Amino acid sequence: MNLINLKNKKILITGGTTGIGKSILDSFYKLQANIFTIGTNEENLKLIKKEYPDIKAHNFNLKNKDKIQELVKNVHTELGGLDVVINNAGITKDNLAIRMSDEEWSNVIDVNLTAVFLICKYSIKFMIKQNSGSIINISSIVGHTGNPGQANYSSAKGGLIAMSKSLAKEYAKKNIRINCISPGFIDTKMTQVINEEFKKKLIENIPMAKLGTGNDIANSAIFLASDLSSYITGETIHVNGGMYMA
Amino acid sequence: MSDVAAKVKKIIIEHLGVDEAKVTDEASFIDDLGADSLDTVELVMAFEEEFGAEISDSEAEKILTVGDAIRFIENNSSK
Repeated sequence: MNLINLKNKKILITGGTTGIGKSILDSFYKLQANIFTIGTNEENLKLIKKEYPDIKAHNFNLKNKDKIQELVKNVHTELGGLDVVINNAGITKDNLAIRMSDEEWSNVIDVNLTAVFLICKYSIKFMIKQNSGSIINISSIVGHTGNPGQANYSSAKGGLIAMSKSLAKEYAKKNIRINCISPGFIDTKMTQVINEEFKKKLIENIPMAKLGTGNDIANSAIFLASDLSSYITGETIHVNGGMYMA
Repeated sequence: MSDVAAKVKKIIIEHLGVDEAKVTDEASFIDDLGADSLDTVELVMAFEEEFGAEISDSEAEKILTVGDAIRFIENNSSK
């Protein structure tokens, strides 16, 4: 049984230089995929280039909406095709809703939702021609449950799920699958800023009584990228240690 | 029939699997040839590939009939 064959598959991973994205990048690299990643931190990009010399790693900020079409075109040219897209990059600008500035709201929506839509839009154009493709959008548990201080982030993450379902219906006929992964609390830089007291409380609410790892997410991404999931589209996989069950 | 018209009609027949006799200049992709909106997008992409033309989204939306497609390509094709 060799359904996990991602060798030489052409894969775009956004935000693959750190956190969950780096775990995903590392897993796909070990499966000999052909990877293009983007990030915004020069230091992290340098480290990726050093650690994985054959991965294409470029500086790109997803705030630049009108550059996204060109980005996807470049990815397609540099990889020589585009089989899998993993929209992982995301930002947070937490604040109570009544204190949240327009900017805090729109920055998060722009990067976490609008940019993902645009990457999907331009990737799907290529995927239609080859009659295949898998897009994996990394959502979040808070897109389902809500979270105080994260009206912007949870809206974007919930929006991703609904958007993915619509796209899944639009392009199912073309054998393009669009799915989401909703991580719970994963041990990364993004969650390391949570104070210890609150973290303790969080863990009390996780039936498996521990934070998840980047690899837990990467394993689901491998499943959704591979032919193991060839009849699954518009679906969300929850990876949260039982914290939230859909 | 011009060279372009013949090629356009061939692409339409292949993509939509319709009878050649139905593919008249006046035939609407959606109303007469049974295409759905995704089919029309694919047709436009096939035209772009065949004729080396770049068809923008706003232009593509105006291509509703076989004749629209032929006229657009005759006026804009690089090949």
